[in-house]
Amino acid sequence: MTDDTTDTDLLNTPLHGRHVSLGGRMVPFAGYAMPVQYARGIIAEHKWTRENAGLFDVSHMGQCWLVGPDHATTAAAIETLVPGDVAGLQPGAIRYTQFLTGEGGIIDDLMITRPSDPALDGRLFLVVNAARKDVDYAHMRARLPGGIALEPIEDRALLALQGPKAENVMARHCGAAVDLAFMTAADADFDGIACHISRSGYTGEDGFEISVPADKAGMLWDTLMAASEVESIGLGARDTLRLEAGLCLYGHDIDETTSPIEAALTWSIGKRRRDEGGFPGYERIRRELTDGPSRRRVGIRPDGRAPAREGTEITVSDIPVGRVTSGGFGPTVGGPVAMGYVETAHSAVGTELILTVRGRAEAARVSKLPFVPNQYKR
Amino acid sequence: MSTYFTKDHEWIRVDGDVGTIGITEYAQEQLGDVVFVELPDVGKAMSPGDEAGVVESVKAASEIYAPVSGEVVEVNAALADEPAKVNVAAESDGWFIKLKIADKSQLDELMDAEAYKAYVASVS
Repeated sequence: MTDDTTDTDLLNTPLHGRHVSLGGRMVPFAGYAMPVQYARGIIAEHKWTRENAGLFDVSHMGQCWLVGPDHATTAAAIETLVPGDVAGLQPGAIRYTQFLTGEGGIIDDLMITRPSDPALDGRLFLVVNAARKDVDYAHMRARLPGGIALEPIEDRALLALQGPKAENVMARHCGAAVDLAFMTAADADFDGIACHISRSGYTGEDGFEISVPADKAGMLWDTLMAASEVESIGLGARDTLRLEAGLCLYGHDIDETTSPIEAALTWSIGKRRRDEGGFPGYERIRRELTDGPSRRRVGIRPDGRAPAREGTEITVSDIPVGRVTSGGFGPTVGGPVAMGYVETAHSAVGTELILTVRGRAEAARVSKLPFVPNQYKR
Repeated sequence: MSTYFTKDHEWIRVDGDVGTIGITEYAQEQLGDVVFVELPDVGKAMSPGDEAGVVESVKAASEIYAPVSGEVVEVNAALADEPAKVNVAAESDGWFIKLKIADKSQLDELMDAEAYKAYVASVS
């Protein structure tokens, strides 16, 4: 969901050797050396994921526990930092939400899981963006009340298996995974390896995210890669897949200046939270819910073939109305796709926009998101 | 016909006064899947280093530069429909433009195949 890069002292995930031996082109990403693509290339990897099952190493993301005395107490504590309904999570359910600034800007977006195991009552499992984990952890430590502990998990890898054939592959090694519905999770054995398995992902496809002890990650990777339906997929295709799925990339489509309402993430704020507030930036969010935000994140489809990249200026009748925040080529769409913010008056689907690409005016229009229908198993 | 290479990983194949320009196999591999190519208008005059087009991969856009002075006499229109030709045939069907070379002495500044091979080895 983010991609700040630095060249010095790159960290390796437990699967680094696998990426290198598979011909992965390693690039700096959020402080880690990560594969942007393998030999087959981004378009082939993207299409493979939409049609079969793609295996992603997302071990760079931040996994951590929040530990409190019981669910109500821990949920109440985290709800002071996020607008999502955490108290109402059923055991085994996952919520997508955001850490917010006092002004309602987004510090990071994250997944929160309430463990299904009653023995873990009072714990919440969080997954945050790699480039934001230090910020997030400091943010939580400074604000969580006494009695709620933050425990970063440094000894586990995270793999994502995504695509229509992911379920078939998982069924052969972990029957319990198949019983999970979208946005639920459970602890389960995968060929005898104790894993935490979520039915979730960031591609718009059905799929699983598997948290596994770091020393077993290679074994799990090799087992999944041995399946004929599975190919390894790099960050390049992860980006085109999430863009087609209309999902936000932190630091691009959302940041500390954008609110969840502007970012079209209103769905992630539960009714109780909208009514009661009690989270940072509630004043702005309540105002934007009532009056509408001044700008909105929208999908954008250029009429022509030239991709419109991040930063491209958007105009209507020669007046600037916004900017592209993510843009490129959508392999499944078969043409350029983008997302960006436009003034609300110009945000209706079908609105004609002009994108300035290398000084040239390129016609485009506001498009429904996602660009490719979601295939989640509800 | 002789072929010359630039440090920007382009090639120019010279036939009489006309040079055909494209990017090298090494360059296409570094770029990855090409999804869009923007080419100049026929008739445009170029000096060495002028932008002679843009090639866009899934990840990013890169400029193509004129290796020598000249006038654009033809562009590879097939790339509009099939930009992936740059990947599958970078040094043949995936050519970008043809330039009527103004000053052939500028070719002396470029590398031959052997020198380019050594250059690639030194940068990769």
